[in-house]
Amino acid sequence: MKYLLLMYADPSIGSKYSEEELQAQADAWNAYMQDAKAAGVLLSNGGLDPTGTPTTVRIRDGKTLTTDGPFAETHEQVGGYSLLDCKDLDEAIRWAEKIPTAKYGSVEICPLWSPKQ
Amino acid sequence: MVAQTISRMTVSSQIERTFRQEHGRVLAALISQLGDFELAEDALQDALVNALESWEIDGVPRNPGAWLLTAARRRAIDRIRRAATFESKAEMIASLSYEEEPDMDDSIPDDRLKLMFTCCHPALALEAQVALTLHTLGGLSTHEVARAFLVAEPTMAQRLARARKKIREAGIPYSVPPADLLPERLGALLAVIYLIFNEGYVATSGDTPIRGELCGEAIRLCRVLVQLMPAQGSAEARGLLALMLLHDSRREARLTQAGELILLEEQDRTRWDHAKIHEGITILDEALTLYDPGPYQVQAAISALHAEATRPESTDWRQITALYDRLASMTPSMVVEVNRAVAVAMARGVSEGLQMLLQLGSPAEGFYPYHAARADLLRRTGQHEAAADAYRRALELCGNRAERAYLQRRLDESEHLVD
Repeated sequence: MKYLLLMYADPSIGSKYSEEELQAQADAWNAYMQDAKAAGVLLSNGGLDPTGTPTTVRIRDGKTLTTDGPFAETHEQVGGYSLLDCKDLDEAIRWAEKIPTAKYGSVEICPLWSPKQ
Repeated sequence: MVAQTISRMTVSSQIERTFRQEHGRVLAALISQLGDFELAEDALQDALVNALESWEIDGVPRNPGAWLLTAARRRAIDRIRRAATFESKAEMIASLSYEEEPDMDDSIPDDRLKLMFTCCHPALALEAQVALTLHTLGGLSTHEVARAFLVAEPTMAQRLARARKKIREAGIPYSVPPADLLPERLGALLAVIYLIFNEGYVATSGDTPIRGELCGEAIRLCRVLVQLMPAQGSAEARGLLALMLLHDSRREARLTQAGELILLEEQDRTRWDHAKIHEGITILDEALTLYDPGPYQVQAAISALHAEATRPESTDWRQITALYDRLASMTPSMVVEVNRAVAVAMARGVSEGLQMLLQLGSPAEGFYPYHAARADLLRRTGQHEAAADAYRRALELCGNRAERAYLQRRLDESEHLVD
């Protein structure tokens, strides 16, 4: 099954950490990605531009409404994603545990919809 | 005519009992074979309808589980044929048809452990875990589960449907968790079983008979769990089973006819169920030989010490105090602290216990067992005015009808003594 893992965190969190702590997190990220690649589960991975530049598009009555900012204004924002191919939810949870964001933010596991089931 | 009616009633109650007994095991085996939780449940429902029709005429077969499993597998094939293009499902049907006529005496593989862990997966909401466990393993109908939890039937149906959908769509595994995950997942499973038990045990409102059945259902589920789990790692499951049996042994003695709570001290101990006490203590002893202590075993040991005292005065409060110390270090909580203080009061003197209780301070202020315990200890030292105040505060905070009735009686007594 394919799972999209969304990493949520308070964007200002980075400023609260020391150089060493940030380095440890970067190491943890690299370890996660290397392990997930080696296990053959990582399909795609990416971080979102941290400067807060999302644009939201809605079409209403045939008109495109474009607005600045994310769709939902919340304290935590999506900072990155991983697309994984796992056997089941338990395997996806184990990978989510390895993602550093889980320690200071949260990781949301969304199963991808597959119409043929 | 009368004889016929009676025999029909006997058969239908026998059928109902058989359905309950076989439901979990047949469903668990069926999910393994079909690899589809929802399809298995639907097919089993179809098979139960078939069974009802045919068993009322022919009687309950010798191996009802195998009968239901075979019938459900056929109904599953019907459903697959109806639902999809033949090619896409031909392989699945072929694999199912292969065994379409099993020996009726075949014993069904027992996959209930897998089903338990799936139903109590932490990715499901706790209320969904509870409902799903009772529905699939306990064989309770949606109507019965709804009544037991005092929610409307459509709400419960929706809750169950949503849980089943999540199991499939989110890929919740149908398996016993691997060794590294097992302790955590077993903890969640035991919590669900204990919640079902307590829901029945403290029930004083709503539909009491069905809620009382929850105690028996929780004990039955825990028995299956203990029976299917390897001994290694099962100490807490055994501890919970012992704890529930020991609590349940006092069920008949803990309420008056009018529904007022009777505290341990005032219970008629001849009304305790001594067979259950004996079984609970035996299971606890087995658990303790595994040398894997945990909070359920400690609570069972406390309950066993109460059960072993033939008179309230012969209760071994010193040992109970030591066990509460142990429990507080394992799972610190306000309820444990309050009980520990009461045990100290009984073991070493009321004033020492009262002192401990008062030290809990403001975090305990909104917690009614704190005020109830404080009131009881004040009453024992003859401080009736302060006791009355504490009973009043407890009554303000307590919502349980049986406990309220007890607190009200004590308040009346204290006020009478003040006058």
